[in-house]
Amino acid sequence: MKLVTGIIQPHRLDDVKSALEAAGVRGMTVSEASGYGRQKGHTEVYRGAEYTVDLVPKVRIEVLVDDADSTVVTEVIVKAAQTGKIGDGKVWTVPVEDVARVRTGEHGPGAL
Amino acid sequence: MEWDTGATAWMLISASLVLLMTPGLAFFYGGMVRAKSVLNMMMMSFGAMAVVGVVYVLWGWSMSYGEAGTGGVFANPFAQFGLKGAITDADGSAVASTLGNYPNIVDVAFQVTFAIITVALISGALADRVKFGTWLAFTAIWVTVTYFPLAHMVWGGGFLSGNENGLAAMVFGVTDGEATVAPIDFAGGTVVHINAGIAALVLALLVGKRKGFGSEPMRPHNLPFVMLGAALLWFGWFGFNAGSAFGADETAGLAWVNTTSATAAGIIGWLLTEKIRDGHATSLGAASGVVAGLVAITPAAGALTPVTSIILGVVAGALSALAVGLKYRFGYDDSLDVVGVHLVSGLWGTVAIGFLATDTGLFFGGGAQQLVVQILIALVAIVFSAVTTLVIGLILKVTLGWRVSEDAEVGGIDLAVHGETAYESIQQGSVIKEVRA
Repeated sequence: MKLVTGIIQPHRLDDVKSALEAAGVRGMTVSEASGYGRQKGHTEVYRGAEYTVDLVPKVRIEVLVDDADSTVVTEVIVKAAQTGKIGDGKVWTVPVEDVARVRTGEHGPGAL
Repeated sequence: MEWDTGATAWMLISASLVLLMTPGLAFFYGGMVRAKSVLNMMMMSFGAMAVVGVVYVLWGWSMSYGEAGTGGVFANPFAQFGLKGAITDADGSAVASTLGNYPNIVDVAFQVTFAIITVALISGALADRVKFGTWLAFTAIWVTVTYFPLAHMVWGGGFLSGNENGLAAMVFGVTDGEATVAPIDFAGGTVVHINAGIAALVLALLVGKRKGFGSEPMRPHNLPFVMLGAALLWFGWFGFNAGSAFGADETAGLAWVNTTSATAAGIIGWLLTEKIRDGHATSLGAASGVVAGLVAITPAAGALTPVTSIILGVVAGALSALAVGLKYRFGYDDSLDVVGVHLVSGLWGTVAIGFLATDTGLFFGGGAQQLVVQILIALVAIVFSAVTTLVIGLILKVTLGWRVSEDAEVGGIDLAVHGETAYESIQQGSVIKEVRA
């Protein structure tokens, strides 16, 4: 099993979600995140006081998949999230030792 | 007694509108502080309502408008203690207002709301760092020692009014028992805004900076709160200014329209200034421009035309937009810019009457006398407010102490002082420990 994690632009979430659903992914976890890579931050001015905001809002999307599906799922996220501009984000995959389904208590790939 | 019920009704509505300004101010200020101290900021306004609301009916009215004043500085606080003789006279019939054909108790209602908001305004200079008990003690003492006397001096027939024994009468003489050139403070440029602004400056210097001022980011945590607060302030200010006509008449109408045109222009002045200087017209700037415009028109609402009000307002917005940066240059932590907005625009409004007043202004052929009188009353108000506030502030500093501990300030004054946090977060993981029934 693998965990595919994507950090994407918040406004791409709907497209990524639909694309994953279309590709047969049945579940995912989405959370708000902040960070920066090459995009860096921006400045904001409040009553003349200028602030550099270096952490920008992102969305983290996490999908647990069978080993065989991880490449496809990665490609689906990349394609749906891409705008071609700096700040589009990253997608990475890590191996997962075990998964348990809370409702039934079953373990392993059957719990996905 | 046959009251003018229209005037009575309007004055009661005005009083209610002005009272609403203080919770409005709580939102205006609360949105500007960090999330960890929003409750304390709002509680300073609500605390002012609690304390001043009680103090006013006990001795506040008596000290401001009771029996003839002590050297024109304040009236006897005991003569009408607890509003004795301010509601009904010895025969049991209702006392009439000295300002309009309605009951005197309606004036009490109107004036208490002014005392409350003036004290609450000062809290903007003290964000995030002041003991709540010290603040409550300050509100009671300051309103007694500084506000009531100044209200008496300007509006209660005292030293800064058009009284024949007043300052203006000393300078330009007396005509028909009144100062030839009477000072103009329609709704409280000196009593409310210059007064609160100076007190804020003195306390900001005395209490000291927030930890991390100028080096750590302290951006407003909720700008929609700030805009909501500005909207409530604007709405309430119709009572403040149009109510200060003390009747439902053409002066009230003029004050209403002037209050709107100056405030609208205040937004434009602030936004233009920051667009040129910083590159963006911001929502915080619009909300601040509202208040700058409102402050400037306060003393002038009955003395200008709607068109000269526009000039007053646009300059106020620009001046205050430039003035809010002074605290960084001079290193005093007037956290929410009480000085930059209320003192600067309050001074501008008070002095600009000397130029723009329809009958007596310099630009309208009235000569320079009104201008001189306006500058004089502003200066006296500044000195009086600064000295009394400094004494009160120093006494509180050595007795109760002003600052919360550094841990409390850094960790958040809401939790340390009030035992609450403004926003629930799932990460805090709370469970019920005990229910006290």
